[in-house]
Amino acid sequence: MKANCWMGKKKVQIQEVPDPKILNSQDAIVRITSTAICGSDLHLYNGFIPTMERGDILGHEFMGEVVEVGRNVKNLKIGDRVVVPFPISCGVCAACEAGMFSLCENSNPNAWIAEKLLGHSPAGVYGYSHMLGGFAGGQAEFARVPFADVGPLKVPEDLTDEQVLFLSDIFPTGYMGAEMCDIQPGDVVAVWGAGPVGLFAVASAYLLGAERVIAIDRFKYRLQLAKDRAGASDVVNYEELNVQDALLELTGGRGPDKCIDAVGMEAHGHGVTYAYDRAKQALMLESDRPIALREAILACRNGGVVSVIGVYGGFIDKFPMGAILNRSLTIRAGQCHVHRYMRPLLERIQKGEIDPSFVITHRLPLDQAPKGFDMFLNKEDGCEKVVLSAN
Amino acid sequence: MTIATEQTRRYGEIGERRAGTYQEYQGYNRRFSDRPQHREEGAERRARGLGWFSIGLGLAQIGAPRALARLIGIDDDEEARNTMFALGLREISSGIGILSQPRSAGWVWTRVGGDVMDLALLGKAMGAQENDRNRVAVATAAVAGVTVLDFITGQQLSKSGNGTTRFEGGRVIQPGRSTTGIHVTEAITIKRPRSEVYGFWHNFENLPRFMAHLESVEVLDDKRSRWKAKAPAGASVEWEAEIVEDRPNELIAWRSLPDSSIPNLGTVRFREAPGNRGTEVLVALRYDPPGGKLGALIAKLFGEEPEQQVKGDLRRFKQVMEIGEIVHSDASIHRGTHSAQPPENLNDVELLGMTGSPQGVRS
Repeated sequence: MKANCWMGKKKVQIQEVPDPKILNSQDAIVRITSTAICGSDLHLYNGFIPTMERGDILGHEFMGEVVEVGRNVKNLKIGDRVVVPFPISCGVCAACEAGMFSLCENSNPNAWIAEKLLGHSPAGVYGYSHMLGGFAGGQAEFARVPFADVGPLKVPEDLTDEQVLFLSDIFPTGYMGAEMCDIQPGDVVAVWGAGPVGLFAVASAYLLGAERVIAIDRFKYRLQLAKDRAGASDVVNYEELNVQDALLELTGGRGPDKCIDAVGMEAHGHGVTYAYDRAKQALMLESDRPIALREAILACRNGGVVSVIGVYGGFIDKFPMGAILNRSLTIRAGQCHVHRYMRPLLERIQKGEIDPSFVITHRLPLDQAPKGFDMFLNKEDGCEKVVLSAN
Repeated sequence: MTIATEQTRRYGEIGERRAGTYQEYQGYNRRFSDRPQHREEGAERRARGLGWFSIGLGLAQIGAPRALARLIGIDDDEEARNTMFALGLREISSGIGILSQPRSAGWVWTRVGGDVMDLALLGKAMGAQENDRNRVAVATAAVAGVTVLDFITGQQLSKSGNGTTRFEGGRVIQPGRSTTGIHVTEAITIKRPRSEVYGFWHNFENLPRFMAHLESVEVLDDKRSRWKAKAPAGASVEWEAEIVEDRPNELIAWRSLPDSSIPNLGTVRFREAPGNRGTEVLVALRYDPPGGKLGALIAKLFGEEPEQQVKGDLRRFKQVMEIGEIVHSDASIHRGTHSAQPPENLNDVELLGMTGSPQGVRS
């Protein structure tokens, strides 16, 4: 089959690779119809996530048709149309039972690598480094899906791929970012990053009852999408305005009640601290650039919540712990526990409360995945979200 | 307040239970070992004494060089005072080194080096006209005595693994029961009842299903069993083992029979996890790898870290108990590094736990 493979820093390539096979009794093989490039794939592309190897198949947002099932698969049958959540979860361990699916204790065969970097290991993830399992990803014609009774969600025929594809990651991720904010009536929420996850965080904050939502980015087209499509009440372009000043003005000097970091480890910024973080990251003295996170912490009103859904991989510098302690801030973070959001969010889509396809700007065949990565990275042609069609 | 007290009490209990676990393991360990433990403790204590002695002498050499020079019978000139000052600094650094470093053996050896230097200086002083030879002779005898003490202490500490103290799994582990043994302690929590977890482990023929390096275990009778394991570079090793203690749902302790190619012993304990979370499995084991330290080093070069191996085995044990089989990824089924792609041919890869009895404890 054809698959999009990581071949080194800033290099991905379509390769001919063996078809996936059933390796465990609860596996299913899915013939992929639609798959997407995620912002977090760019961290792999830019070489910021350790333990990638040449030839790794990328992709953790995918859906398709079940073509084969292992002998212990009970809920799925050949021909079912499914969306696959990006964390691989066994469904029976203590973490899964508690609904913390991205912390599954059994799905990462390379847990020992993750333990060295993170202390304990999270769940395995498709196409996202060997530290998270070494599972082949979904930017391919077929994929092996472990624990097929636990993860994949059957989707109704009347919904298109584009309407449900993002249940695999970015819609639930944005939604969990807003949910972690514990939004109260009257709350003003600020979202750093108007990429696809940021847009879903904006839209979800409204679904959960926010009064106003402010989007922060540096690309005009992204801020436009945040305003026009996700419904942001205000937007702040940090290349034109001082973010802290703008937020103080928009919130009557209080600061946003809730702040969401939908940027993560490769944040951009200006001035001395940005140069400092870039230099430290280049010299491997810190692995992540926490510019947006620092800004969110400092901006948040006293007693507010900072919700982190942007991806961080390792260590950060100059973390404003003083602000967190002295101003009673709550920090919440997590890789999305996608499984627990898929069904309720599918219902919202069915009810017409949201159509997640609004984030899509580019549609390419799988063959052109390398072009998609390049456009997405360089924000060419107003690129917000690339969907790849396979088969 | 009540909650805090309650928690403190419970943690205290866990701490005690842990200590109990470790002491039991050490009990087996001592029986396994031929080296009496008290000798090392004596050496550690003596090293501390020597450390304080160094500091005291050093302070005297720096603070009261004249009195000291008179005491050992050398003429008090500027050269002598400078020498005394340098020796004082050396003594203090040796002393601090011995007292503050976990690896005190090396610092004790710096004392031996210093003693030799002192003896040379005293020998030179003995030849000089202006010195009181009787006093110098007494000082030389005293230094020679201390040298012997330093030498013995240094030797004992070096033999006992440099006197290193490691912290592992919240317990203090002092290696040194053997010169070559590898000690590993690992733990995992499995969401299954204690009787089930104990029962599965106790059937030793199940172990190769999740222990990557075991090829087979053959149970010979209710105490003895024959083990076959993979060794680095494609070789394999066999040995016989016996159960030395077996407490249902609680503990299994084993040791290899004398003259095994890999002398080894260990315990696996099964403990109720708090909050209804199943069973805590704690493994403590020790083995002498074939080829001693060199063999262990070679094994590490092949990527076989003992802690990682045991943790990996426990993780697979958890998978077998909780989901009935071992979870594979595209990369994990290959030996060595491999890109995350489906395997070309399933016969070429190692699917641990898929062969033999494919049904786990849960279907």
